[in-house]
Amino acid sequence: MQISPEALIAILGMALVTFVVKAGGLLLANRLPEHGFAANWLRHIPGAVLAALVAPALMTGSAAEAIAAAATALVFILSRNLLLAMGMGVVVVYFARLWLVG
Amino acid sequence: MTVSAPASPRFADALLAGARACIPVVISVAAYGLVWGVLARGAGLSTLEVLLMSGLVFAGSAQFVALDLWTPVPASLPIGPLVLAALIVNLRYLLLTATLRPLFRPETQGRGVMAMFFVTDETWAITVSAMAKGKASAAFLLGGGLLTYSSWLATSLVGHALGSAIDDPSRYGLDFAFTATFLALLLGMWKGKGDIVPWLVAALTAIVSARLVEGSWYILIGGIVGSLAGALAERLRHAD
Repeated sequence: MQISPEALIAILGMALVTFVVKAGGLLLANRLPEHGFAANWLRHIPGAVLAALVAPALMTGSAAEAIAAAATALVFILSRNLLLAMGMGVVVVYFARLWLVG
Repeated sequence: MTVSAPASPRFADALLAGARACIPVVISVAAYGLVWGVLARGAGLSTLEVLLMSGLVFAGSAQFVALDLWTPVPASLPIGPLVLAALIVNLRYLLLTATLRPLFRPETQGRGVMAMFFVTDETWAITVSAMAKGKASAAFLLGGGLLTYSSWLATSLVGHALGSAIDDPSRYGLDFAFTATFLALLLGMWKGKGDIVPWLVAALTAIVSARLVEGSWYILIGGIVGSLAGALAERLRHAD
């Protein structure tokens, strides 16, 4: 259990900027109006960020990821169960990779 | 009638509901915590450094990037680049936590700022989809955040102790857990045709910028451009 002063400074610096950004989003949002263009923009952020997270991961993946993504989407649309959909995605990608590689 | 939040059973119920709702994503958080711990050992971090980084920084992707930059020799540790990388990788949280504003009244903003420490991609996504159904609250967010935080802290320490047991999550298909979870969460957010423009623009912008720009900027770029496109499309529709 030891830490150098340099490592401590680096970790505290990382912690500080991370917290400032996380808290900053909430504080900036509080200055934006509740109706109109800015409010509509904020409302659309969650879906847009999720789409931006998912799309490149699906595009850069192989056929195994595409098959698993389709299975995940199908299971979620039918069951509305997040854990079931995630589990199906992991299982399908595992076997699809085995099958496509082997 | 006084409503003192922490002791009321409603607060405890919402805390538990948030923790329960986050169980699916906590499984993948735990898998990545293990992997991060194992890699952190390889990068030369001590147990105390792992404890402090997971406990104080608490940001998965920024912590993975930090391992790339880390050196075991204190004199050559790149402090500036480590802090700057954490800032850049985490910039997307500006977008995420901004959407949590409806959970906090003006008088609880101080507590809200402190609660932001526990926000991660995963708890944010679960909370926002619960907000759409009117089921989320500050306690719900905190419940999911505390569960995610303790799992991340515990599994990164276990990973560090294990050393080299799990070196590659893709071998078990666990790397796909994040994509699958985010995909299902996205589908769960569908509210109608108004979502087509922002989602499509965000997806295409992210795909293009992921190829042009290094790092995780594509999430921020796609999220901003897509959501602006959605707001613009609404303004155009109302102008007709």
